[in-house]
Amino acid sequence: MNALDVDGLTIGLPSGADRTEAVRRVSFSVARSEILCLVGESGSGKSVIAQGIMGLLPKTLPLNGGSIRLNGEELVGMSEAGYRLRRARRMSMVFQEPMTALNPVMTCGEQIDEVLRFHSDLSLNQRKTRTLDIVREVALPEPERIVASYPHQLSGGQRQRIMIAMALVLEPALLIADEPTTALDVTTQAQILKLILELQKRHGTGVLFITHDFGVVAEIAHRVAVLRVGELVELGARDEVLKAPRHEYTKMLIASVPTLKPHGRAVPPGAPVVLETRGLAKTYAAHRWFGPSRKVRAAEDVNLELRRGQTLGIVGESGSGKSTVARCIVRLIDPSAGEIRIDGADIAGLGAAALRPLRRKVQIVFQDPFRSLNPRRTVGEAIIEGPLNYGLARAEALERARRLLELVRMEPSALARFPHQFSGGQRQRICIARALAMEPELLIADEAVSALDVSVQAQVLLLLEEIRTRLNLAMLFITHDLRVAAQVCDQVAVMSGGRVVEYGPAEEVFLRPRHEYTRALFDAAPGRGFAFGST
Amino acid sequence: MFSFVARRILATVPVLLIVAVLVFLLLRLTPGDPAAIMAGDAASTEQIARIRAGLGLDRPIVVQFGIWFGNLLQGDLGESFYYKAKVTALIGQRLEPTLSLAALTISIAVLLAVPLGVIAAWRFGGWLDRALMAFSVLGFSVPVFVLAYILIWLVSLQLGWLPVQGYQRLADGAGPWLYHLALPSITLSVLYIALIARVTRASVMDALGEDYIRTARAKGLPELRVLVRHGLANAAVPIVTVIGIGVALLIGGVVVTESVYAIPGLGRLTVDAVLARDFPTVQGLILFFSFVYVLVNLLVDLSYVFLDPRIRY
Amino acid sequence: MLDRVFRNLSVRIGASVIALMVLVAIAAPWLGTVDPSLFDAGSRDLLPGKVGEITTLEGETLKHTFLMGSDSFGRDIYSRVIYGTRVSLAVGIATALLALAAGIVCGLGAGYLRWLDGILMRFMDGVMAIPAILIAIALVALWRGSIVTVVVAIAIPEIPRVTRLVRSLVLTIREEPYVEAAIALGTPTRKILFGHILPNCVAPLLVQGTFTCAFAILVEAILSFLGVGLPPDIPTWGNIMAEGRAQFVSYPHNVFFPGIFLAVTVLAVNILGDGLRDTLDPKMAKRV
Repeated sequence: MNALDVDGLTIGLPSGADRTEAVRRVSFSVARSEILCLVGESGSGKSVIAQGIMGLLPKTLPLNGGSIRLNGEELVGMSEAGYRLRRARRMSMVFQEPMTALNPVMTCGEQIDEVLRFHSDLSLNQRKTRTLDIVREVALPEPERIVASYPHQLSGGQRQRIMIAMALVLEPALLIADEPTTALDVTTQAQILKLILELQKRHGTGVLFITHDFGVVAEIAHRVAVLRVGELVELGARDEVLKAPRHEYTKMLIASVPTLKPHGRAVPPGAPVVLETRGLAKTYAAHRWFGPSRKVRAAEDVNLELRRGQTLGIVGESGSGKSTVARCIVRLIDPSAGEIRIDGADIAGLGAAALRPLRRKVQIVFQDPFRSLNPRRTVGEAIIEGPLNYGLARAEALERARRLLELVRMEPSALARFPHQFSGGQRQRICIARALAMEPELLIADEAVSALDVSVQAQVLLLLEEIRTRLNLAMLFITHDLRVAAQVCDQVAVMSGGRVVEYGPAEEVFLRPRHEYTRALFDAAPGRGFAFGST
Repeated sequence: MFSFVARRILATVPVLLIVAVLVFLLLRLTPGDPAAIMAGDAASTEQIARIRAGLGLDRPIVVQFGIWFGNLLQGDLGESFYYKAKVTALIGQRLEPTLSLAALTISIAVLLAVPLGVIAAWRFGGWLDRALMAFSVLGFSVPVFVLAYILIWLVSLQLGWLPVQGYQRLADGAGPWLYHLALPSITLSVLYIALIARVTRASVMDALGEDYIRTARAKGLPELRVLVRHGLANAAVPIVTVIGIGVALLIGGVVVTESVYAIPGLGRLTVDAVLARDFPTVQGLILFFSFVYVLVNLLVDLSYVFLDPRIRY
Repeated sequence: MLDRVFRNLSVRIGASVIALMVLVAIAAPWLGTVDPSLFDAGSRDLLPGKVGEITTLEGETLKHTFLMGSDSFGRDIYSRVIYGTRVSLAVGIATALLALAAGIVCGLGAGYLRWLDGILMRFMDGVMAIPAILIAIALVALWRGSIVTVVVAIAIPEIPRVTRLVRSLVLTIREEPYVEAAIALGTPTRKILFGHILPNCVAPLLVQGTFTCAFAILVEAILSFLGVGLPPDIPTWGNIMAEGRAQFVSYPHNVFFPGIFLAVTVLAVNILGDGLRDTLDPKMAKRV
């Protein structure tokens, strides 16, 4: 008997949505002790399926047809009370955002205890013991302290372990994990994936693992199901689907996944140095009334060099200081020490007036395409704002904007439209056009593709490559994604704890890392040894 | 945690100082001679001169403030020209009725408004929700004194259930005390209920939209537990905050309510003092009310420590 | 987005009632009223609908139907209530505009200039610590009631609230990536404030403005009712009620008619504000 059997599941959407059904006649099953990865891009309906199984669908998404059998028992049509009895006991769920998924005003121990209290007959002491046991099992050190802690006192990885503990404490037959590692650092992600694999093997749980990251799929899946706009287009064993995909869509997705092998492109020698930082540092001091101020060294002693026509990648996890460095270079924040030389001129200590003429040389594209454009201004207004600041006439600025939209492969009619009328990928292109309107020498991409779907990401990366070559720009690429870095960067700087721990040509850093942090980082990259689409 | 408490208490000091300066300047902001205004139109020049000397208005302004502030710190709020008594004594006499009215009002309001707000948020869009929202807008819009007259006409005059006005001291018996306070507190609590219910509903709705509610439901917990331990517990901070801020509205309401129901409290004293141009009393009352308001909000701030474990440092 | 605003039921109801009130205020002399200060000793305490006499300034005696009855001086309540509309609306709108203007200036300053933020907000905290009605009462009592002093006195306690709102908006919007992009594009501070930040403040400020207007109308009525507001010869709903309260038990119409007008007007403004908030800025729904 399978842990889960889904047959012809159809879930509708409210009227006015871009399609009539969120999910259409989807069928798959998860056997005991098996991990099935459900892959899809945003809007494919994968989370909706998870909600449907758990009976957590909002009223606006009706379950219109099909059957869902948990351990052979039909769930469709069950009352709310029936669902409540089976949640946590027979099936449980782990969500994506560990930061917000736990109740901030209850201790972690209480939140695990709740599950036991309402679903079992154990006494208080038995519950306490069981709670400590499960906390130990998810590899959290000092279980007593953790149990008494509040969620905000734990890190993202620790919180996700608590979520997993809550989900598995009653040993359900099915665990649904909805993008559980997407919001975590690469190294933390590796640990959580390992944990899930271990626990799953030990308890014989069937796991429905939802993700958009093929590296993760390669790492842990037994079988793979590919979802596209609400329909299942491919289902099979991991190696089959990832190495020899049959459906066109799957083939396209697999092809979009960047490999971890550096591109090994030749770097033109003797190009002029566009950016040079020496001893760049940024320290934040939290002043306190009682006691000395606490200093946080966001970036320390950062030395970088970037030439025309090159891409330098800064790779690191959250808190490594990479964004701080980028923002110092664009002078959105003021560095505490060091030099930042653009074309030889040191901009680190310049005041606002002296800085103005030099600002146009360095431009930046941000991570969040939905907040990078003023929602009340047209695309045209957004792109010409920069040139207008520097005295360009309006008509000429609009001409330039038109040409740039062509360059980023968008229709010139976009000039008169508003940001909300465009998708995430299109908005990023607009932001790139806006940055290029200043005719900069250095373009900084601060996690510019991290919020995009894998297929859109591939297109934008290609576009950036093209632009760099055509305009002979220098590009500084900030990312946490090793695959993206491998595809795009000529040189790589690896940062950790505010310092650059490894720095060199991409080939060297990727294939022969020297620092132990770099090695740990690469070890943690999911699906590292996997040859996608190789057959 | 100790540093949090200390910081919060210290933060009230500059606010109180500014209040003191503002209140002090209030008297000196009058166009014309404050002493003449206080003495009234029929006063002689000697009377005016006496008042001026009594208030110290002939000294340089900084010295005046120094003397006044010094007295303030010793608990001396000056002397009322109209009542010929110390302001602190006046406040002491009239304190009980106002305190009773306020306490009763807050109790009724919180006990009714919070559960109503929670249920309205839970059954969002349902009939209770809409009824509560309608009631809330009405409660905000109908002025306290209009409502007071409507209730008096209905309950006292037509139905004869409760007295039209007056106040009985608690020492004379709880029954008559409640009997006379019932209508005034109901009148005043309408405004307060409108405010608290609205904010409760909004905060609980916010909390119910958060991810941890989804987690709690995914754990198969009973709905009541989700609503209270997960929803309301996280909405507590904004709700308690608005109860504190609402005290300002309450003070304003008290002034009007005591006026309509002829309750001999601080509100009535304020109106009488203003009409009599008795500035020392007015100053003293404003200082007193502001101090109470700041104190209440300080207590609210400190209560956060118990409500939200993130606010400890 | 504008048509979403106009389609909202609350906006429609609120705006219509307010528009009606404005018309009444403007058309007061032509709505069957007489000069509100006119009286006749023989027409005292008439019940609504009764016919009586009224003496004009020239000494003529006219027959007049007292639609809402008369007060203890023999004045026509109907005329006084209609003319009272002018005062209330004028005070409401003027106060809202003044509070908004001052609040925007202070809020922009506090939000964008770090050195100004500390002292200004401490000062605002101090003003906010004094219950608004007390400030209004004290100021009007000191300055002798007139429309200008009443407007300023009621606006003063509202200014900190608007300042707080604008300041928090400035602080949040300042963190938005599109503002950072503007900085990187070399946009000067002035242009960022007026071109990026202020336009995104319009919606919440509009909503706040309506609530300030409602508050002002209410406080003006309270001031008049307590006897501390405008001079008694200008009819306002508050002082009609104040004069009528002595005989409330026997002649409630003195109090009820102006009371109903007051309640309906404030209700309309509040409903309009709610509607605007729901359509323009749902995020503000949690703030009071």
